[in-house]
Amino acid sequence: MVRLIVDSVEIDVPGEMNLLQACEIAGAEIPRFCYHERLSVAGNCRMCLVEVKGAPKPVASCAQQVRDQRPGPNGEPPVILTTSALVRKARAGVMEFLLANHPLDCPICDQGGECDLQDQAMAFGRARTRFDETKRAVEEKHFGPLIKTEMTRCIQCTRCVRFATEVAGVPELGATGRGEDMEITTWLDQVVTSELSGNLIDLCPVGALTSRPYAFNARPWELRKTESVDVMDGLGSAIRVDARGQAVLRILPRINEAVNEEWISDKARFIWDGLARQRLDRPMLRENGRLRPAEWAEALALAAQRLSAPAGSVAAIAGDLANVEGMKALLDLLNSLGIQNRDCRSAGERPGAGPREGYLFNSRLAGVEAMDALLLIGTDPRREAAVLNARIRKAWLSGQLARIAQVGVATDLTYPVEDLGTGPDILEALAAGTHPFFGVLDKARRPGLILGAAATARPDGARILRLAGTIAARAGLVLHANVEDGPWNGFNVLHANAARVGGLDLGFLPGAGGRDRESIVTGAQQGSVETVLLLHCDEIDGKDLGTAFVIYVGSHGDAGASRADLILPAAAFTEQNGLFVNTEGRIQEARRAVFPKGEAREDWAIFRALSAQMGKVLPYDSQGQLRKQLALDHKAFAGAMGDPAFNPEALGELGPVDAIPFAPAPNFWLTNPVARASRTMVECAAGARRSVSQAAE
Amino acid sequence: MLADKDRIFTNLYGRRDWRLAAARQRGAWNATPDMIALGRDWVIQQVKDSGLRGRGGAGFPTGLKWTFMPKEVKDRPHYLVVNADESEPGTCKDRDIIRHDPHLLLEGCVIAAFAMQAHACYIYLRGEYIFEREVLEEAVREAYEARLLGKGNVHGWDMDIYVHHGAGAYICGEETALLESLEGKKGQPRLKPPFPANAGLYGCPTTVNNVESIAVVGEILRRGAKWFAGIGRPKNEGTKIFCISGHVNRPCNVEEAMGIPLRELIEEHCGGVRGGWDNLKAVIPGGSSVPLLPKSICDNVLMDFDALREHKSGLGTAAVIVMDQSTDVVRAIARISYFYKHESCGQCTPCREGTGWMWRVMERMAKGEAEMREIDLLLDVASQVEGHTICALGDAAAWPIQGLIRHFRHEIEERITRYRGGRPFVPGTYIAAE
Repeated sequence: MVRLIVDSVEIDVPGEMNLLQACEIAGAEIPRFCYHERLSVAGNCRMCLVEVKGAPKPVASCAQQVRDQRPGPNGEPPVILTTSALVRKARAGVMEFLLANHPLDCPICDQGGECDLQDQAMAFGRARTRFDETKRAVEEKHFGPLIKTEMTRCIQCTRCVRFATEVAGVPELGATGRGEDMEITTWLDQVVTSELSGNLIDLCPVGALTSRPYAFNARPWELRKTESVDVMDGLGSAIRVDARGQAVLRILPRINEAVNEEWISDKARFIWDGLARQRLDRPMLRENGRLRPAEWAEALALAAQRLSAPAGSVAAIAGDLANVEGMKALLDLLNSLGIQNRDCRSAGERPGAGPREGYLFNSRLAGVEAMDALLLIGTDPRREAAVLNARIRKAWLSGQLARIAQVGVATDLTYPVEDLGTGPDILEALAAGTHPFFGVLDKARRPGLILGAAATARPDGARILRLAGTIAARAGLVLHANVEDGPWNGFNVLHANAARVGGLDLGFLPGAGGRDRESIVTGAQQGSVETVLLLHCDEIDGKDLGTAFVIYVGSHGDAGASRADLILPAAAFTEQNGLFVNTEGRIQEARRAVFPKGEAREDWAIFRALSAQMGKVLPYDSQGQLRKQLALDHKAFAGAMGDPAFNPEALGELGPVDAIPFAPAPNFWLTNPVARASRTMVECAAGARRSVSQAAE
Repeated sequence: MLADKDRIFTNLYGRRDWRLAAARQRGAWNATPDMIALGRDWVIQQVKDSGLRGRGGAGFPTGLKWTFMPKEVKDRPHYLVVNADESEPGTCKDRDIIRHDPHLLLEGCVIAAFAMQAHACYIYLRGEYIFEREVLEEAVREAYEARLLGKGNVHGWDMDIYVHHGAGAYICGEETALLESLEGKKGQPRLKPPFPANAGLYGCPTTVNNVESIAVVGEILRRGAKWFAGIGRPKNEGTKIFCISGHVNRPCNVEEAMGIPLRELIEEHCGGVRGGWDNLKAVIPGGSSVPLLPKSICDNVLMDFDALREHKSGLGTAAVIVMDQSTDVVRAIARISYFYKHESCGQCTPCREGTGWMWRVMERMAKGEAEMREIDLLLDVASQVEGHTICALGDAAAWPIQGLIRHFRHEIEERITRYRGGRPFVPGTYIAAE
């Protein structure tokens, strides 16, 4: 610890801190543009200048470490002044320079109201300009369908360049030209290809990079802000949903160090226009091959009638966007009807049975940064969990995570990956300990593996799960508390969707003698399953369900609804309070930002109403009561700790696996019905296809 | 005046052969193995005792700079980088050293590299120096052939010298921008600390020295620190190549003792100012970045670091630019402002925005198309740039303007008055901006 005096406040701070952080600790406000906690220090905006007693000129506080400060002649602690006349003049000067060539078009700028330049000009700038020359204008750039550019407003802080290079791992942005003519641009004017590109908008301290879909839609002070969590992937990133009236107008990240730091993927950020399209806003039922609007009473009566059929002929599948309460209510209803044919693994994944550790991301997302060796099995974290991928990259950049290997189809993950092979047969060698990478895992102090849940959606999936578990057990990925260096659990399952872990925590799995997802589909094709209820489930091709009567409970007109015989409209994740459990087992609440569309209802309320219709009234009348019941029935929701004797080697089933390669990750932009309804996402997907076909030419 | 026997660069004018054999006859590479045999402490102490100050412009003591390198080579190799990116307007001393006396430079490289325990030396050559590059590369080849360089050479200190050709950017003469450029990146200065001696080229301990600083080392060691320290004034010892250009009868490069009176320098070596000493208007004593001096100061000023600093100017690279009475001094400084606006790397705000601003105001002032209050505005803007930037380019852009206003304010005012005098009403830019 080093002692400093900041504006007569004496503080002790670690030597590796920079002066800016130290000043903040001392309670001084330091303006800045280029400095960002999560990016490298550029020190180029010169806004954070402070006076260090004894230094000949003001110093950039972001670029000076505390330990580099010299003590006074008699060993007094270094003195930092942040409000002296010198500092004030320096800041006003820098501010004046920044504004000299800034267009000051705040009235037509989307950043207005949340602009660092605006705020700091008010706080630290001069009252009027002395710059009488002509202002510079910069040619427009094209950053793609997500980011709108107005490069005349750019103040060359290079945050975007550093983010793209360091965090996103796509070194596609850079500065060309010198001096006044310096411009930020993309490499060869290509579109930015990162899944995290939306974060550039947040990072940009001025209105140079703004959200294209949100352009000219609203002012920040008109928006109602709701803190929520993202459901576009399994990470449960913290988000803020901004709405005006009944329309969601944008989604921004919140800080959650344990999950998403302060980044979110483009899918999380830009699907909001999908929340207003393709919506199911009233019950519908199919008559003579066509869907027609119906009243709730009629729809519920029909649903009740279909569900009252013999339990063996009825099945339910919960999909990727179902919240815990909805699944709980449905599960309780199914139980009261004795229906055992049910599954929440709508893509056909295998993890689920057994202890909770068998399907969780046990090292936790932040635990990736502690790893020194990592094996990716059948997963493409860049597409399945873009924010996690940035964290893996961060761990690799820091030098901590030295070895990363992959079994599966090789893609550019933004860090070097040793390609072990494409099929699960490699896993047999790894599990047997004969593969060289087994030795790497074995020797590592904090080894980890990430098994893509989706990779087990194949006939030999359970056996792949067993192999992954065997590798984990034999290479010392799971260290219990009583072991040296323990506890550590590097056995990680990565779920690519938000609902799955919640469903598994509830035990939304086949009951005694019940059918699982595959068997339900086969049963429907053969005619032995006559009614299938789909809850927010669009992962099953309608054609696969044969002639079964399909009840679809969900929010968007997508694969499920187009096949449905009866539609019960439900709220989307921004329209109801609902719990989601992320891939690491973190229970979080997505909150209501706007009301459900039309006659749509909250998921749990639909099943509560249905239960009343069927005379099997569920024992809760409010969401609060439901949640109490949840905690009583399921220990995962009652704060249960993990299984101290978790043995990954017991997961799945023993048997040979095929050499068929793991399937590549699905199209990042279009993985769920909300995203498919979003024009922005469709445009991105089309753009990505274009650039791939161009590259191929 | 410096006696001929005290000159280090005996082939400065290229009248003799620059090749190895001829250079050897003039003394280069003479007894170099013996100097190295005396050990690095002796070498550094000699350089320290000689009082040699860096010849690149800042005048930092060279021997002291070498001691900043880690005492022992640990996991990272040490590097010597020679800054031959000579781009300061008015300066052409390194160029003549490289094309006429390259072996003095190479010899200095070996000694300096030995002193800081570097086995590799990079010479970063200015992009425009095509012919110099050919000479230097040939000289390096000769030295390798004569086993003066390379593995197992006659000095017993393995040494590789690489000549790197820049792309012609002034900013790459700034030592950290030079390192960035050498690494293949965009030439932009780095933040300091860490200083290059700690983390320089590829993150390894590095010392960057000017060509002249390195080239004189061999001769200093041969003749002894006392000899070098005996020339010039205390703290400003030794000889220095002055580059005199502008309105003199015979512009030239000349090696002279530090502290020579400016007037003597011009009159002895350059045949005097065009039209006589009284026709002198101003002198920029150290390359375009230092403030100019009016004739009244030039009459008596001595040419060394401290004497010029007393007059709020600097020795810089000792590139003396002489301007006689025919000079439009405002126009001249406006042109210099354009140079800095053009060469600013654009990384940090005050320099990026300030150099352009200052140049535009200067252009208007050169025509008189300005307001009186803008003189003080310009001075204020210059002070907002100076000392607020990552590297010294901001200072270099501000100083000429500050010098101009300090000494020739009356001339700017006169011009503004004259411009306005012919016009009943000048639509002020002040009003236009509102």
